[in-house]
Amino acid sequence: MFLYILRRLIFAIPTLLLVAVAVFTLLRSIPGDPALLMLGDSASDTELTELRRHLGLDLILPLQFGKWLIQVLSGDLGYSITNGEPVLALIVERFQVTFVIVVTAVSLAICISIPAGLIATWKQNKGLDIAIVVIATLLLSVPAFWLGLILLLIFGMQLAWLPVVGYVALSDDFYQGLRYVLLPIITLAMVETGVLIRMVRSSSIEVLRLEYVAHARAKGAGELRVLLRHVLPNSFAPVLTMIGLILGHLLGGAAVLETVFTLPGLGRLLVDAIFSRDYPVIQGVLIFTASIYVCINLVVDFCYPIFDPKVRLE
Amino acid sequence: MALRTLRATNAALGTSLLGAIFVITCVAIFWTPMDPLAMNLESKLHPPSLTHLFGTDEYGRDVLSRAMSGAITSTSISVVTVVLSIIFGVIIGALSGFIGGWTDRILMMVNDATLAFPGILWGLAVMVVVGPSRVGVIAALTFAYTPAVVRVVRGTVLSVREKEFVQASRMIGNSEWQTLRRHVLPNCIGPVAVLASSMLGWVLLSESALSFLGLGVPPPTATWGNMLSSARSFMQTAVWLGLVPGSFIVVTLLGTNLIGDFLRDRFDPRMQGS
Repeated sequence: MFLYILRRLIFAIPTLLLVAVAVFTLLRSIPGDPALLMLGDSASDTELTELRRHLGLDLILPLQFGKWLIQVLSGDLGYSITNGEPVLALIVERFQVTFVIVVTAVSLAICISIPAGLIATWKQNKGLDIAIVVIATLLLSVPAFWLGLILLLIFGMQLAWLPVVGYVALSDDFYQGLRYVLLPIITLAMVETGVLIRMVRSSSIEVLRLEYVAHARAKGAGELRVLLRHVLPNSFAPVLTMIGLILGHLLGGAAVLETVFTLPGLGRLLVDAIFSRDYPVIQGVLIFTASIYVCINLVVDFCYPIFDPKVRLE
Repeated sequence: MALRTLRATNAALGTSLLGAIFVITCVAIFWTPMDPLAMNLESKLHPPSLTHLFGTDEYGRDVLSRAMSGAITSTSISVVTVVLSIIFGVIIGALSGFIGGWTDRILMMVNDATLAFPGILWGLAVMVVVGPSRVGVIAALTFAYTPAVVRVVRGTVLSVREKEFVQASRMIGNSEWQTLRRHVLPNCIGPVAVLASSMLGWVLLSESALSFLGLGVPPPTATWGNMLSSARSFMQTAVWLGLVPGSFIVVTLLGTNLIGDFLRDRFDPRMQGS
């Protein structure tokens, strides 16, 4: 078990390193002087020389990368051009918003899709299964930003039950805050439920055909027991991978959803930074997102042995 | 029996939905009811009527015509992106799998690192450098979706590389290139077709999302994404502005998903009989 974890940790390093190289190259490949880009047009000459020295622009490229990498590792992501705040603090602040919404929505989606997927497997090719699959396929085909707009139109504008624009932190005022994040959470949960139901169903059906399921049935186990005790644990690995991918993807910024609901999340931070050419922020968010993605994949890898005994034996 | 009917229904429904979008796109290339770019401030935000079947937008432009010309933009970008991703993916994946050794190891490390990062974020990152334009969107999305193709092609190549028929081809004196082309690559057609059908949906969704964020093909060119984006400000008074482009996206995605399901059922042996 320890070796397994260690190996996964070591495998994550080249991935992160390559992402760092990619982000570094990306921002260096923008034409123009990086120092001028970072400080904006209003910078004075002394500021420019100062930043050039700080960035190590007088060094050769590999050394520049090394210096930059050390700064990133020590948590120095630079300062935003637009408002002068440290990038790391900005990211942490915005990430909290995204985190609450994404984690709640994905948990909700898991709670709905696992029972629904199992019921579909149970009633395979009968009316109920077909109904569930049709709904899941429909949900899969509706873009989150459009579903969000429609929900906003119905519950925000027509019925006026929920606010349309703005955000209140849950920690400031729980009830008011909840009113702002309810629709984004429901929208995300609906879209991801579509993906997960299909995943649960297809991987359960695959397990259902294996011999030990027939064996369990032959022993006289009821269908419900077969599904919960024998099928679910063994079909959970691909679902877990999917959940990891979804979480990583969304935590990296549900930019589109945050735009629809005007939420100050991480995705919105990135998109705004792209518009205002705030390079330190762009760089910071990309590095942060990649790290989150790799971390979640690691957590998923660590979870496999807990759910799937076959992995533990290897 | 019921299953076969269901599968046939899926395929038929998917084909007709995508077929409808295809016909609309083809028609739009030659004809739209009105000029999609012609503004007419006197008839702005008109609800659907006989002259404007889907109403007009905030500049008095005909929404139906814009949705139709948006179909050209969105579908052409998606199709070109998928085709380019497949071309690059097949080349890199086949070389990597067929040559093996260090070439394979290094290529796969880069590929996995690229995969370990959400597609839309790569898209956004590339847009930082190339700027919002048609070519920019295609470049960004091709970059984002090629690694998935590489993975599938390499996997298939690895699985057939040591098979008897490949060795037989070498034995009778065929060159490596000919062996690869004639005997290895044809095995990739099935898996790549399945992947391509789902990818078309993902790419279309990403393209719409980029446009919606204002990072896709810039206005006044119509895309479904940027139509939705500008509809946001008028949603309360002009519902049709949001409903029309959104429905086009949903119909296209539903079509690709249904056909994708059908192809997967057909080509993936693990799904047989399920």
